[in-house]
Amino acid sequence: MARAVTTNRKIINTAVAWGIGLLVFFPILWTILTSFKTEAQAIADPPIFLGFDWTLENYAVVMERSDYGKYLWNSIVIAGGSTILGIIIAVPAAWSMAFVPSKKTKDILLWMLSTKMLPAVGVLYPIYLLFIKMGILDSKIGLVIVLMLINLPIIVWMLYTYFKEIPGEILEAARMDGASLKEEVIYILTPMAIPGIASTLLLNVILAWNEAFWTLNLTAAKAAPLTAFIASYSSPEGLFYAKLSAASTMAIAPILILGWFSQKQLVSGLTFGAVK
Amino acid sequence: MATQHSRSAARLMMAPAVILLLGWMLVPLTMTLYFSFKKYLPMRGGDLGWVGFENYIRFVTSSSFWPSVVTTLTIVGGVLLITVVLGIFLAILLNQPMWGQGIVRILVIAPFFVMPTVSALVWKNMFMDPNYGLLSYLWEFFGAQPVEWLSKASMTSIITIVSWQWLPFATLILLTAIQSLDSEQLEAAEMDGASAPKRFAYITLPHLGRAITVVILIQTIFLLSIFAEIFVTTGGAFGTKTLSYLIFQRVLESQNVGLGSAGGVYAIILANIVAIFLMRIVGKNLDA
Amino acid sequence: MGRITLDKVTKSFGDVNVIPPLDLTINDGEFVVFVGPSGCGKSTLLRLIAGLEDVTSGQIRIDGEDATNLPPAKRKLAMVFQSYALYPHMSVRKNIAFPMKMAGVDEAEQKKRIEAAAKALNLTDYLDRRPGQLSGGQRQRVAIGRAIVREPSAFLFDEPLSNLDAALRVNMRLEISELHNQLETTMIYVTHDQVEAMTMADKIVVLRAGHIEQVGSPLELYRAPRNKFVAGFIGSPKMNFIEGAVAQQHGAETIGIRPEHITASETDGMWSGKVGVAEHLGSDTFLHVHDSGLAETITVRVNGEFSLRHGDTVYLTPEMDKVHKFDAQGLRFE
Repeated sequence: MARAVTTNRKIINTAVAWGIGLLVFFPILWTILTSFKTEAQAIADPPIFLGFDWTLENYAVVMERSDYGKYLWNSIVIAGGSTILGIIIAVPAAWSMAFVPSKKTKDILLWMLSTKMLPAVGVLYPIYLLFIKMGILDSKIGLVIVLMLINLPIIVWMLYTYFKEIPGEILEAARMDGASLKEEVIYILTPMAIPGIASTLLLNVILAWNEAFWTLNLTAAKAAPLTAFIASYSSPEGLFYAKLSAASTMAIAPILILGWFSQKQLVSGLTFGAVK
Repeated sequence: MATQHSRSAARLMMAPAVILLLGWMLVPLTMTLYFSFKKYLPMRGGDLGWVGFENYIRFVTSSSFWPSVVTTLTIVGGVLLITVVLGIFLAILLNQPMWGQGIVRILVIAPFFVMPTVSALVWKNMFMDPNYGLLSYLWEFFGAQPVEWLSKASMTSIITIVSWQWLPFATLILLTAIQSLDSEQLEAAEMDGASAPKRFAYITLPHLGRAITVVILIQTIFLLSIFAEIFVTTGGAFGTKTLSYLIFQRVLESQNVGLGSAGGVYAIILANIVAIFLMRIVGKNLDA
Repeated sequence: MGRITLDKVTKSFGDVNVIPPLDLTINDGEFVVFVGPSGCGKSTLLRLIAGLEDVTSGQIRIDGEDATNLPPAKRKLAMVFQSYALYPHMSVRKNIAFPMKMAGVDEAEQKKRIEAAAKALNLTDYLDRRPGQLSGGQRQRVAIGRAIVREPSAFLFDEPLSNLDAALRVNMRLEISELHNQLETTMIYVTHDQVEAMTMADKIVVLRAGHIEQVGSPLELYRAPRNKFVAGFIGSPKMNFIEGAVAQQHGAETIGIRPEHITASETDGMWSGKVGVAEHLGSDTFLHVHDSGLAETITVRVNGEFSLRHGDTVYLTPEMDKVHKFDAQGLRFE
């Protein structure tokens, strides 16, 4: 039961919270603002906040010079592909664990999660070597596979949690009503699980989009996604703040928007349900 | 609660995920173990035979090992301290009645969605650059000498960047936990005469205990392997070489796979120790 | 048609034997109620008949055919679940249509049957709503509607009224009985509530720990319970059990007398005791009598306006021909 709070108290809360919120958000805001400045204004002393000549020039330059479209496309294919592939593999597994649990279900689930804890750097060389042998180094398919595998435990986990919330009696009712296993999955389970599948999709696209170990180490010119594209700005070249900002804004904008929709899933997805 | 038929179907449907993850775990792990007992220099002669535990000993006795351990622990510890303390504060703040709560929450969470390479580069250039960075303007404005952040205060810088990235995660989880606190408990404590600080100490904080543990464990696992933030900013220089960055350098830069693999095994063992505690908490929750 | 025969059916979960070998015949058109305390295996038995669980051994025959290994869908049975198990993403109409869709019934026929069921169950105005927008009683009706349209050979009900409030429960009880009279289809109904069993059943099956304790019509069970368990389970308030000297006078280990078979008087009677709590229901009053020297508490049903108070002395006289006698094993004998 919420209690009435004095208006004064609420004003103070609001002021403090907005102050801190804006402070935390400031680096992002500054990046977005800078992306619309000219290079000279980007490093002006004192810094200019809003009173600059807004320009889209930086975006044009970045797109033109560095083939931004290709990196973007790689990011989309890698993040989307790995997530969709992961979901296709995880749905049947999560279904089994949620609706036909056995004594081993819990152990299997925990073991799956524990593979997520494997430090990437510990297996970097073997994966590197295997990728060379299989000829998939610097290929989108290679990254799709790796990112699918590192996120598969989270995908299985999230789907399992959602499926668990669907009462078993409903599936039994479908069975009594004459539905085959296939019909049960198509007509009953999937429609009921769509919100869960959608949020799993969302969170894992975000995680794959931002993944910056394998994407940096297993790609070069051909399959590099946006993480690598941005990393290429790490060596300064004259005046480049505005262009860096434009490139950064383009790399994070889609995911910032998706991320705002996935706040709730973020918690249960990333804590494996340990915090609800 | 099921029939034989559905049980065998279930096993079949679980197979692809289990087999893939088993392969993903076992194959590279076996290879890492195999290499760790070999002198293996891909660019300088390749496989030069078995060397027993030499790599393990050399990795630990090299002059970079202990500094890298200290660096790793400093970063992990510093980030944990900052994110947990600020996270608790922010979670309590965001749980108060205010106008525009949803928007503030979005502002606070946003850094989590910024890809690591972007946040590292933005901080490095636009904030921490000694000539044009915003922080140096700020220092000059107050009459202070601008700091060469990434070379002179390299650890502070890295910890700041990484804390900024992970603060949203801690805040969000702690906020979720606070919201699950039954307000009647606090009201009962209030009726019992507990002051606000006492209510925090005796009711809120214990309630958050588990969430804090989870935040610490999960962040530890991710922080032990931070990579892009160092790769893009200092490249491991100025005393920012963490254990995993050291391994990365051994493997890919100096191409000493045997030595790097031995380091990898250490990293895996370290991560597993943390993971065991985390799994215990998750496992308990599965029973409930 | 709906004759169901269980032949030496057993069920174990791992090492735990839930149903020991059990034989039971349910005749076509009968309303059979499985009743027993929780954990007695009544729901498991129903799920075995439904095919939602495998039998460990034994045979289930439906209309003479071996159905032991048939999947649920092929058994021509319909089930109403405790939670109703409505499909939340489908409208009421689609929920009711689902089993017909699975069976490939043609559209026109589907429509006809949906409308008939909706009319019978007062759901006509709600056909386009989602289950989430309905009250508990309406959801219950939809679940029943979904079962009816299949025209099954038998209906299975798994504690269908336990999620409804008391008033609604009485109503739905009548409606289900009414439905049974109309359709004359076999119904198997699981409940832990002996009132539901007594009021609805043609035949009651009393279960304890997977065993059938007794099978019979409500009045048979009431008049001639086979043992102390059935005697105590059927009837409300519960039968009084008296041991010791008084029982031995009747040549029994224990005697049982129902509260309605004892008369109470303020002046004289066979036994005496002190009034503890008196529960006034209006039509009846239940007296809980202590210190009678017979048992800790003797419950007596007297008429509504009986006006003894807490602590008053009361005299009790049993109706001798209604006294049940039980031997050392708890079995009733004449």
